[in-house]
Amino acid sequence: MTTAAPKIRFRDPQVEMAHGAGGKASRRLIDGLFAPILFGSAPAPLGDAAHININGTCVAMTTDSFVVRPLRFPGGSIGELAVNGTVNDLAVSGARAQALVVSYVLEAGLPTEILEAEVRSMAAAAATAGVVIAGGDTKVVEHGKADQMYITTSGIGRLIPGLSISPAAVRRGDKILLSGPIGDHGITILLARGELDLEADLRSDTRSVLPLVEALADAVGAGVHWMRDPTRGGVATSLNELAHDCGLGIMLSEDRIPIRDEVRGACELLGLDPLHIANEGQFLAVVAAEQAEAALDALRETPGGEEAALIGEVGEQPAGAVLVTTLYGGSRIVDMLVGDPLPRIC
Amino acid sequence: MCLAIPGKIVELLPEDRSLAVVEVLGVRRKVDLGLLQEEPPVTGDWVLIHVGFAMSKIGEEDALQQLRMLTELGESDAAVEEVRGYGLGDSEGQGSRAGPGEENTPCDLSTNFANPN
Amino acid sequence: MRFVDEFREPELITRTADEIRRLADPMRHYRFMEVCGGHTHSIYRFGLKDLLPSNIELVHGPGCPVCVLPMGRIDDGLSIAEQPNVMFTAFGDMMRVPGTHGSPLEYKARGMDVRIIYSPSDALKLARNNPEKHVMFFAIGFETTAPSTALTLMRARAEGVRNFSVFCNHVTIIPAIRAILDSPDMRIDAFIGPGHVSTVIGCRPYAWIASHEDKPIVIAGFEPLDILQSIVMLLRQLNANERRVENQYKRAVPWEGNRAALKAMAEVFELRPYFEWRGLGFISQSALRIRESYGEWDTERRFSVPGVRVTDPKAAQCGEVLKGVLKPAQCKLFGKECTPEHPVGALMVSSEGSCAAYYNYEHRKTAALTSVFPLPASLGA
Repeated sequence: MTTAAPKIRFRDPQVEMAHGAGGKASRRLIDGLFAPILFGSAPAPLGDAAHININGTCVAMTTDSFVVRPLRFPGGSIGELAVNGTVNDLAVSGARAQALVVSYVLEAGLPTEILEAEVRSMAAAAATAGVVIAGGDTKVVEHGKADQMYITTSGIGRLIPGLSISPAAVRRGDKILLSGPIGDHGITILLARGELDLEADLRSDTRSVLPLVEALADAVGAGVHWMRDPTRGGVATSLNELAHDCGLGIMLSEDRIPIRDEVRGACELLGLDPLHIANEGQFLAVVAAEQAEAALDALRETPGGEEAALIGEVGEQPAGAVLVTTLYGGSRIVDMLVGDPLPRIC
Repeated sequence: MCLAIPGKIVELLPEDRSLAVVEVLGVRRKVDLGLLQEEPPVTGDWVLIHVGFAMSKIGEEDALQQLRMLTELGESDAAVEEVRGYGLGDSEGQGSRAGPGEENTPCDLSTNFANPN
Repeated sequence: MRFVDEFREPELITRTADEIRRLADPMRHYRFMEVCGGHTHSIYRFGLKDLLPSNIELVHGPGCPVCVLPMGRIDDGLSIAEQPNVMFTAFGDMMRVPGTHGSPLEYKARGMDVRIIYSPSDALKLARNNPEKHVMFFAIGFETTAPSTALTLMRARAEGVRNFSVFCNHVTIIPAIRAILDSPDMRIDAFIGPGHVSTVIGCRPYAWIASHEDKPIVIAGFEPLDILQSIVMLLRQLNANERRVENQYKRAVPWEGNRAALKAMAEVFELRPYFEWRGLGFISQSALRIRESYGEWDTERRFSVPGVRVTDPKAAQCGEVLKGVLKPAQCKLFGKECTPEHPVGALMVSSEGSCAAYYNYEHRKTAALTSVFPLPASLGA
């Protein structure tokens, strides 16, 4: 039986920055070009990691590239992002990372001490995360390319027993948990670029969320229906993806979303929505209603999870969308961004 | 045209009298005070910031007055009368905020009292 | 006191919303126009429409400086960016606005030097730090923003920074309000006045709206309590058959405005005889240009600007939406050819444009919501 050639729905004539920002444009590229060609005409919803069956053993596998400017910033550096990002993608897919391989694309002229600092950061992050860096590759490109360095990590891991995550498992009435305050990473990077002349006592939240995921798995096991780490595009993007994939509605209570003052302040000054800002050390979990309290307690009792919060729930409406409600009853839909969040003055 | 945020002046810069460091929830930025030279603000003042410039000083008394009035909405007539007796007069300091012929209290409590619904 | 959270206090908001319900005459349908795009944004962001009774309709006005800029002006600005050694700087709001051959961000993707700035003084700083480049600042905004541009030009001249110029698209608010009131399709009962513009121009310039057009206008702040209190004040005026200019935003708006800001504007700018507003056509004395005394810092004098007029696609109904005659969803292109991802008109790009605001915040809400999050008892259903 022959299947029809997959249809390319991506019509943009050229690649733009927005296609890498994690929002709608990224989705269009993935759904419209990569998925039809690579995954066939009816792929399952794309998750943070692929679960692959090798002769009866299920392993999780994922990859991620890290391009960040500046390379070093308060709270971390590109090397740490590269390790934690991949460990986290595996964790929120329900897997414990065992090993990473790393690929460096380096710009000719990059001072060795900068490279060494990043490699040391990666080693330290890997040790903290309990993961082995098993191998790698290096390429060097001409001066003027690669923004000093690009790092790609690919990770492999074993499934955490008891967890079975999928958008299909999400039910009406499920509760939405968030591991900690939002926006720290994205705002730290924005400030570290120095273009906006803002200063604040903020650090990237980059860390492995595996210990928190494991605590959650221990406490409620199959009660966890879905997880995601809200990186580029923020909480809004991750939850919109879920709403789209499961066809239900997500309702958030604005006053319950944890956020540091400095992140709020920067967002207000620049006209940004914290729900669209990248995080590198947080994750969202959708948990069965009757187990939500136990889940929240488990997170809060784990080091690093003290600020975890129950921020909303899943409902019938608004189908396929995310709604944020205030304490006084006003509400608004929060959509995915098209591209990167831009400061505004109006 | 309208994104302007209240911020507190935490430091006046000695090398440039028209610049100050303003803080919003712990975020600091240098803000140009050039539009407020007629009545330059001092450290501790709150200003409204738009595109890196201070547009006006924020009157704490005006703000408190507004909140008081809103708090009083819907209270009993007796409470309304009592508050009127306090004589919440016009705001001072940053030049009048009330126009000629305009009530000093923008929400005229007497209307509420005269026409209870 | 932080002057923000206090004006978002849920209990006070509920009380003020109750007062609105008490004051609104159930036999009347009220149409209040909020002039300023910042108010449009606040109304959607805080979900304020959910708190109003169904007989109060908020109509979005043309106070969005990005939305009213004709595409030709964007093309003009970008054509200068194409010249060698020119750095194009603008606020984030401008970056995705489509010109005929692409938006500033798309030009950046093609290799042009395009930078997002937060303040005009940042553009001047870029000029100082990049002497080999000519830094052009694409200035937009109403009277809120014009004084900052003016002051920056004064500083540029005082310091002798020659590699800097401003492409001036500042517009003024009163002619826009006049155009709304002159429009034959209009029926507006009262205005929610632009709070931040008024920190500069004060409250006097609106007097004719009350006295000659017979409409109340309340100058409003941008927090939920500010907007709701302003609606209370408008209802009180209408119920008492009064027509006045009132200042709700007293904590920030001086009745006489900001003299230093007005002086700076007068020093640097003069009124253009006329200027084309997207959707509203040519309006006389409605926009600013740089005076000859500052000619050296005027992009339009330093460079030859094509001055091409680009008409909007016939199907796009930006003009009617800008004037409040049509709701965004009533435009034939809304949500189909025109979305935030591929905007046809600027009202879909600017975050305070009514189409973008409606699309992003509202258009998928359904009535079923109230059953999930029960509203406080006093708000009723």
